[in-house]
Amino acid sequence: MSDSTDEVRAYTVRLELVDEPGELLRALHPIADNGGNLLSIFHERGNLTPRGHIPVEVDLEATPERFDGIVDALKEADFNVIEAGAEQYSATLTIVLSGHIVETDLSDTLSRIHEGTNATVTDLSLAAPQGAEDVSSARVRLATEEGATEETLDSVRTIAEEKDLTVVEPLLGGADA
Amino acid sequence: MKLAIVGAGAVGTSVAELASTYDHTVTAIADSKSAAVDPAGIDIAATLSNKKSDGVVGARSPADALESDYDVLVEATPTTLGDAQPGFGHVRTALERDRHVVLANKGPVAERFGELSELAAASEGSIRFEATVGGAIPVLSTIEDFGPNHITAARGVLNGTANFILTRMAAEGLDYDHVLAEAQDLGVAEADPTFDVEGTDAALKCVIIANVLAQGETTYTLEDATVEGISEIPGSALELASEDGRTIRLIGEVAGGDVRVSPRLVPENAALAVSGTRNIVQLDTEHAGVLNVSGRGAGGPETATAVLADVGRLE
Repeated sequence: MSDSTDEVRAYTVRLELVDEPGELLRALHPIADNGGNLLSIFHERGNLTPRGHIPVEVDLEATPERFDGIVDALKEADFNVIEAGAEQYSATLTIVLSGHIVETDLSDTLSRIHEGTNATVTDLSLAAPQGAEDVSSARVRLATEEGATEETLDSVRTIAEEKDLTVVEPLLGGADA
Repeated sequence: MKLAIVGAGAVGTSVAELASTYDHTVTAIADSKSAAVDPAGIDIAATLSNKKSDGVVGARSPADALESDYDVLVEATPTTLGDAQPGFGHVRTALERDRHVVLANKGPVAERFGELSELAAASEGSIRFEATVGGAIPVLSTIEDFGPNHITAARGVLNGTANFILTRMAAEGLDYDHVLAEAQDLGVAEADPTFDVEGTDAALKCVIIANVLAQGETTYTLEDATVEGISEIPGSALELASEDGRTIRLIGEVAGGDVRVSPRLVPENAALAVSGTRNIVQLDTEHAGVLNVSGRGAGGPETATAVLADVGRLE
């Protein structure tokens, strides 16, 4: 945890967009142009704010310094940034599960991780080169509250042990992990 | 310095071959059954060719080598767990005779560090064991130079065999069994690879680092380590890691009083993601950020280099 200014973190930005074509794309430019890595976009098209705007939640990864640049750039482009930064930011964790992923009910595994830890699954990839009945792997990206990563990993370990799955955890310490 | 070498495997014979280039004299060398002793310095080439042709290093007994006159005992017998014998006994004999000991054998330092420290404290001789962690890489001497209380954590890749297998699995998209067989053909993995692939070897090295960092306040043994190997990692896990710009490495960690070895996700371009048989150790320092030391973590001449560096520190 040494060079904290270089450390990439996960952030959630809530924006209110005017209901016009191209607005979402225009909002993503300041993020990409300032070195942010988009993780997910939650676009509630049917749900309007009291002011008639569309709420959009963007998860992204960036260093703290770049994140400040992103928020500034969004404001400069006249976007209404509702929430950004420390209050909302969470940690992301990527893990790889291996074993009889499918046969041990992947969907149950994921919902138990969610229930047990309050972590949200933000991304999932599956590789089953020998078919779903054989040993396969899943890469799961979890968003957790800052400071809750160890607790989340503990819970993942317990569930994996029960289902005889191998967990490859991320290395959290150090300069580049 | 006059060296007595116990153990005539890859490390012991390399120390014997390289000693003269460091201006040391080998006055005794022993394997498990035999020994050669000559106070004027033994003929290394002839002794090692004896070992090749007849399977013995000389006409004397191993006990003769231990009782001979020397300045430093080089303990290079194979690492054993539990009571760490016969290595521990060799070290005890030398320290009780007030001689220095340089170990390449991890067993006594990982399994009986407390007793070893007491023996060393009561002796005129001292013990050094740089070669037990990371082959040629100066891990323990770096910790010693910085001061163990100024190092807050250590982590790294400390087993070349496991790292070679993971590197090949990621590069070729092959499964564990396939790559293990290839590694055995190349001589990178032993016929029984358990010690390397199940994380035991890396864990012993981490336990030794933990012992050095704790400075006698606590002592660690293999039992204190949480150890998980790589044999359950399928090729598909590395494939998914790679799609995400990451890879999997068998990482040993010493932090907050815990010792842990397990396969971990690390960024593909991270310093810790070394390839092939290369090893790396990363130290978190109190005042100077993160320090990486990397190099060849195993092999006869590589480990002998660390042994002879220790001998030099005793002069």
